[in-house]
Amino acid sequence: MTLLSVQNLSLSICPTPILKDISFTIAPGEILAVTGESGSGKSMTALAVMQLLPDTTETCGQILLNDSDLLTQPEANLCTLRGNDIGMVFQEPMTALNPLQTIGTQVAETIRIHAKAPKAEAMAQAAAMLTRVGLPQDRFPLSRYPHELSGGQRQRVVIAMAIARRPRLLIADEPTTALDVTTQARILDLLKDLVAEFDMGLLMITHDLAVVADMADRILVMRKGEIVEQGATQQLLSNMQHPYTRALFEASGHTVDLPALQGTPAPILTVQNAVRDYALPRTQLFAPRAFHRAVNDVSFTIHQGERVGLVGESGCGKSTLTRAILGLEPVQSGQITAFEHPVGAAMPAALRLKTQVVFQDPYSSFNPRHRVASILTEPFHLVQNPPKGAALQSLIGEVLTDVGLTPQDAQKYIHEFSGGQRQRIAIARALITRPELIIFDEAVSALDVSIRAQILDLIADLSRRHSLAYLFISHDLSVVRTVTDRVLVMQNGEIVEEGATEAVFATPQHSYTQSLIAAAPVLPDLVALTSKTETIYDPA
Amino acid sequence: MLRYTLKRALSLGLSLIVASLVIFFVIEVVPGDPASFMLGLNAQPDTIAALRAELGLDVPKFERYLTWVGGMLQGDFGLSYTYRTPVTEMIGDRIWVSLPLALYALTLSTLIAFPAGIYAAARRGKAGDMAVMGATQFGIAVPNFWFAMMLVLIFAINLRWFSAGGFVGWDKGFGAAMHSLTLPAIALALPQSAILARVMRSALLDVLGEDFMRTARAKGLSRRQALLRHGLRNAMIPVLTIIGMQFSFLLAGAIIIEQVFFLPGLGRLIFQSISARDLIVVESVVMLLVFLVILVTFLVDLAYAAIDPRLRART
Repeated sequence: MTLLSVQNLSLSICPTPILKDISFTIAPGEILAVTGESGSGKSMTALAVMQLLPDTTETCGQILLNDSDLLTQPEANLCTLRGNDIGMVFQEPMTALNPLQTIGTQVAETIRIHAKAPKAEAMAQAAAMLTRVGLPQDRFPLSRYPHELSGGQRQRVVIAMAIARRPRLLIADEPTTALDVTTQARILDLLKDLVAEFDMGLLMITHDLAVVADMADRILVMRKGEIVEQGATQQLLSNMQHPYTRALFEASGHTVDLPALQGTPAPILTVQNAVRDYALPRTQLFAPRAFHRAVNDVSFTIHQGERVGLVGESGCGKSTLTRAILGLEPVQSGQITAFEHPVGAAMPAALRLKTQVVFQDPYSSFNPRHRVASILTEPFHLVQNPPKGAALQSLIGEVLTDVGLTPQDAQKYIHEFSGGQRQRIAIARALITRPELIIFDEAVSALDVSIRAQILDLIADLSRRHSLAYLFISHDLSVVRTVTDRVLVMQNGEIVEEGATEAVFATPQHSYTQSLIAAAPVLPDLVALTSKTETIYDPA
Repeated sequence: MLRYTLKRALSLGLSLIVASLVIFFVIEVVPGDPASFMLGLNAQPDTIAALRAELGLDVPKFERYLTWVGGMLQGDFGLSYTYRTPVTEMIGDRIWVSLPLALYALTLSTLIAFPAGIYAAARRGKAGDMAVMGATQFGIAVPNFWFAMMLVLIFAINLRWFSAGGFVGWDKGFGAAMHSLTLPAIALALPQSAILARVMRSALLDVLGEDFMRTARAKGLSRRQALLRHGLRNAMIPVLTIIGMQFSFLLAGAIIIEQVFFLPGLGRLIFQSISARDLIVVESVVMLLVFLVILVTFLVDLAYAAIDPRLRART
């Protein structure tokens, strides 16, 4: 029996074709994962099933939900289907809820519009649903507002809203992409349990093959609006037919060739017992202010040419520590020394230039009205005798070549580049002062897997050529594992574990590190997978 | 919420103190001595000195400031230099024209702007939206006194539904008084509603792009339901800001409309007092207006918090 059957669906928005001849089915209780890189049409497929496409969309084909075609239904019918027969969970839990309404009202709304239930009854059902998704009433009463909940808790509210009417089909669009690894693992478990309990079909969209491999019954790989391959998870992974699927898989598990460290180099950054407090708002008018200790007694050293990783969940103090290292915020006690000089306002510009930073979002971290050349040379505003004329031009050309672009790109504007190219420009901007230490703050987190693999290769390559030291901050454990020699694990403002990367990943000592590593989704081992399928399907 | 209210109230009080200081001392440094102005060019110096003493202008500035503020706190705004009547009475007569007129105009403007803005936002880019936007463009471009004259021409002179000007007074009954304020209120409201409709539309369009609106649709709400249940309240913050500013403008800025319709309002009073160097009246009316404007800002702040739980939680 099929629950949802999409047949020859094509879709275009003002001549641009978005989806081309898509066909797939989902059975009750089945999890179908749709994967692919950004722009492949994953989310559009989900919105097409919901019939929440932009007004200018032209569609042809069929979307059959229990044999009735959604494409020919009038809007009024679709309103009774949405939320009742099809539920949807979105990517960004921080913005998916109305900030002005309590979570109880929002969950109860789904029930009230479809069941026409009286308010008290809808609220009781909402309470039961919230308890089911892991928000028990004693700790998370219906009167809570979204801003009083964490990202993972908000995502649970969104899920409760989507499943409140026990829909037959649930669509989840990157439901865990914005969440920490341990939260991600819990939300994925919840979704799996709900699918089994309600016998729902789940259409799950994700760019993360490791997440897919772990929970999907079947996988569908999309590229540029087309399905390149689909099949049962194990079979598809063990016998990838399409080169794009293979490339995607390889890029997800990409490991870089990191050059070996030489000798015992000198320390360039020393953090000693650093403490950073933030004042909290007063709870009562004349009560003394409380403090939140974002960084608590942190000490570590980075040596010349050393690659150090910093992992931890959001809110653990990674970003605060970064700002302190860059001298953007003072520490309350302890000391941060870079290049044998205390970090802070009094640090000479020449020494400041030796530390540079690359941020996460390649789309918002540049001034769109500046050409690449002026973006790159911005760090020189600090210097007394900046390079000028031909020397400057050759320097710009040099760093652009360094990051795999051409010197001609200097005259372009930032919107002319793709996300990956922009991140290359961000790295070029960091490189132009010839730094000895670069801080990569989630520098590859916003990138597609194939682009991420290229940027990681570039980082390894630069480290080889310029003997760069870097601090690589990321929530993505697999990335940290491949590009660092040493790793620091941070929890609640403290470094709970520190050691050689491979040793920490292979035999984590601290319980928090163990839980982080256990929660991180991992790509299946292809060799094991292949032999396993072979034993199953081997006719001999 | 209580802490938020107390904080806003504290800021209200401080603003009033600062405003009274600024108003008093700015008006004091304005050239032109009321006594010599009242007595004309040929007045003897000793006559002027006597009048200055009588008006209380000979005591030190700061002492006069304290007397002025102390008086106001007890509802005593002093005596007008020119008319020798209590300022409280002069203001009292006029505020019962200006305040109802401002509220009337604001109500009309909101009643026009909300449906127009919501309608335009719901039909973004379609004919209905363009028609509303065109009309608001016209409303903003055309000055309100022209509207006023057109209204008089059509409804007073041709149709004879309203009188062309003047205020009958509240003693003639609520209906009659409101009737005589209707044309001025419409003239004031039209340009304001054009601005407000545009703000409403753009605030709603911003909200329509938010993720939670998509969530609302995914729950099964129709476009209309989603707009009214989730969109409208989220769009109210910028709209309330503009409503607050418009009220302040309508209260004090109605002077031209008051002239066109011969209404004895605060705008005319302040204009006449400035021409007559009746500083005590100017000071008092300006202070009263400032008080009302700050009070409206305070109420708008409270409304923000009533709408948005995140503001209540914040310090």
